[in-house]
Amino acid sequence: MNYIPVGLTHFLVLSAVLLVLGIFTMLTRRNAIAVLMGIELILNAANINFVAFTRYGAINLGGQAIALFVIVMAACEAAVALAIVLNLFKRQGSINVRQADQLRD
Amino acid sequence: MPLFDIFFYLFAAAIVASAAVVCFSRNIVHAAFSLLFTFFGIAGIYVLLAADFLAISQVLIYVGGILVLIVFGVMLTNRVTNIDLRSALKSRIPALVICLALLCLLGSFLVEGHWMKFDQMPWSRSPWNKDAIEQATHAVQGTPREILDHQGSQGTAMALGTLLLTDYLLPFELVSVVLLVALIGAAMIARKETFLLAKHNRPEGSR
Repeated sequence: MNYIPVGLTHFLVLSAVLLVLGIFTMLTRRNAIAVLMGIELILNAANINFVAFTRYGAINLGGQAIALFVIVMAACEAAVALAIVLNLFKRQGSINVRQADQLRD
Repeated sequence: MPLFDIFFYLFAAAIVASAAVVCFSRNIVHAAFSLLFTFFGIAGIYVLLAADFLAISQVLIYVGGILVLIVFGVMLTNRVTNIDLRSALKSRIPALVICLALLCLLGSFLVEGHWMKFDQMPWSRSPWNKDAIEQATHAVQGTPREILDHQGSQGTAMALGTLLLTDYLLPFELVSVVLLVALIGAAMIARKETFLLAKHNRPEGSR
C-alpha cells in the first residue's frame, strides 16, 4: 500500500471524527456542562474545516475570518450557558438536563 | 514520512484520544481537563494549516477563557461531579448507531470523494475571484514545507486584520455587539436572584 501524504482529506476526516464525538457527547450526557463540552467539540470541528479550506481551497483567508467569528460566538455561548447552568443549579440543586423541565419558579 | 505528516498524526492522535475521554469518561473533571488537550491539539492543527493568528486566538480564548469558564462551572456545581450522569445503556445504543452511521456517511464522502480542481469549478470564470484562484493554485504546488514557507513567512495577522476591517466589517461589528450583549446578559442571569432579593429586603431608611 503506497503512502498518501497528508492533504485536505486528512484534515476533513479528522474534523468529521471530532464532529461525531461531539454529537455523541451531546446525545448521551445528562450533565449540562458535559453537553456544553460536546457543543465546543462540534464548533471546533467546524473550525478545522474552515481553516483547512482556507489553506487548500480558493477562499483566500475568508475561512480564517469566519473561524475567528465562530470562536467569539463560542465564547458568548459558553458565558451565557454557564450562567444558565449555575442558576439552574441554584434553583434545583441538580444540573441533570432531564430534570430541567420546569419554566416557572 | 515528512515532518509535516508526523506532526499531523501526532496532533490528530492527541485530539481524537482526548475527545474520546471527553466523550466516554465517567468523571466530569477528567472530561474537563482532557478538553484542554483537545484545544491545544487543535491549536497545533491550525499551526500546521499556516493559521498562526488563529492558533494564538485558540489558545487565548478557548484555553484561557472558555475552558476556565467550564472548569468554574464544574467546580461550582460540585455536588454532582462524582455521580455518573450518563444516559442508560438503553438510550445510548440509538445514539451510538446514529453517530456511527454519520461517521460512515461522512467518511465515505470524504475518502471516496474527488475534489474538483480549481479551474474546473463552475464559478472559476467569474472575474472577481481570479486572484483567489491564482493564489490558491499557486499555493497547492510544491511540498508542504515549501507551501508553509511560502504562506507562513509573512504571517496571517496583518492580512486577517485588513480583512476584518474591510470585507468583514459588518459581521465584525455585529459580533462585537453580540459579545457585549451576551456578557451583560450572562452577568445579569447569574446574579439575578441576589439582585432581586437585595432590592426586596432593603430597609426603608437606607435609600
